[in-house]
Amino acid sequence: MNDLSLHILDVAQNSLTAGAGRVELTVCDSGDIRTLTIADNGCGMGPEMLARVTSPFATTRKTRKVGLGLPLLKMSAEQTGGSLSVESREGQGTAVTATFVLANIDCPPLGDMGGTMQLLVQQSPGVRFIYRRQTGKGEFVLDTDEIRAELDGVPLDHPEVLAFIRQFVNENEKEIVEVHQ
Amino acid sequence: MKSLAELKAIREKAKDSVIMRHENPNNIRVVVGMATCGIAAGARPVLQAFLEEVQKRGLDNVIVTQTGCIGLCRLEPIVEVYVPGQEKVTYVKMTPDKVGKVVANHIVNGAVVDEYTIGSAQ
Repeated sequence: MNDLSLHILDVAQNSLTAGAGRVELTVCDSGDIRTLTIADNGCGMGPEMLARVTSPFATTRKTRKVGLGLPLLKMSAEQTGGSLSVESREGQGTAVTATFVLANIDCPPLGDMGGTMQLLVQQSPGVRFIYRRQTGKGEFVLDTDEIRAELDGVPLDHPEVLAFIRQFVNENEKEIVEVHQ
Repeated sequence: MKSLAELKAIREKAKDSVIMRHENPNNIRVVVGMATCGIAAGARPVLQAFLEEVQKRGLDNVIVTQTGCIGLCRLEPIVEVYVPGQEKVTYVKMTPDKVGKVVANHIVNGAVVDEYTIGSAQ
């Protein structure tokens, strides 16, 4: 994975597979720490699965015996001196939180978060996605329910709406991005 | 800051041209593998390139969708093209640069791009 937006896209796919109707994604930069959170109201998991969820050999899939998404995110976070935690309750949902030390040379860039949001909405236009981005310079929120209300029946996966979502996130990101030396 | 107010213009423009393309059995389907293996190999820009090319050409009979792991991780990014009444075609090791040719030759003109298919790679 070249950047954090690809990790977020990958982990959020798990939320969709878990049948989530709402997925909240947060990227918050505070001082030297970047915190990613992917929280959903999907089917969640029991304590047994939760205990081995970051093992590359744990998966709910029947076709193959490996599941690399969370182990890769954990490795990426820990390489910078950060960490990964997963909280989950069966029937209620799951929250994945990863922290990264921004000044560490191994900290990946955030990448094309607009592209990630565009493709999540394209895949599951019926799901409510809320993306919150915060830095020391400001914040913005993309809430697909707000977009849906503005569209008056035009579907969220209309090509022009998807292009808008990508631009909205990437242009607003530029406004609040901080340059770390 | 970019604001949601811009959606008004999109809504006015799109409202008359919304086509219920999802329900037509004669549509061509382009399916991109977007599991961890696909994403790590570069499937996101490939999928974005398909979306852009289909929009640019106004191909209302083409649905671009995502799926999980197709099962051949070493050949990712993998794209499957389903044309009704024909056998599925599997393109492997795709890049955004190859997308234009697949859309023009295969999806628009019906000629499979053999050099990008799984048959050529194995």
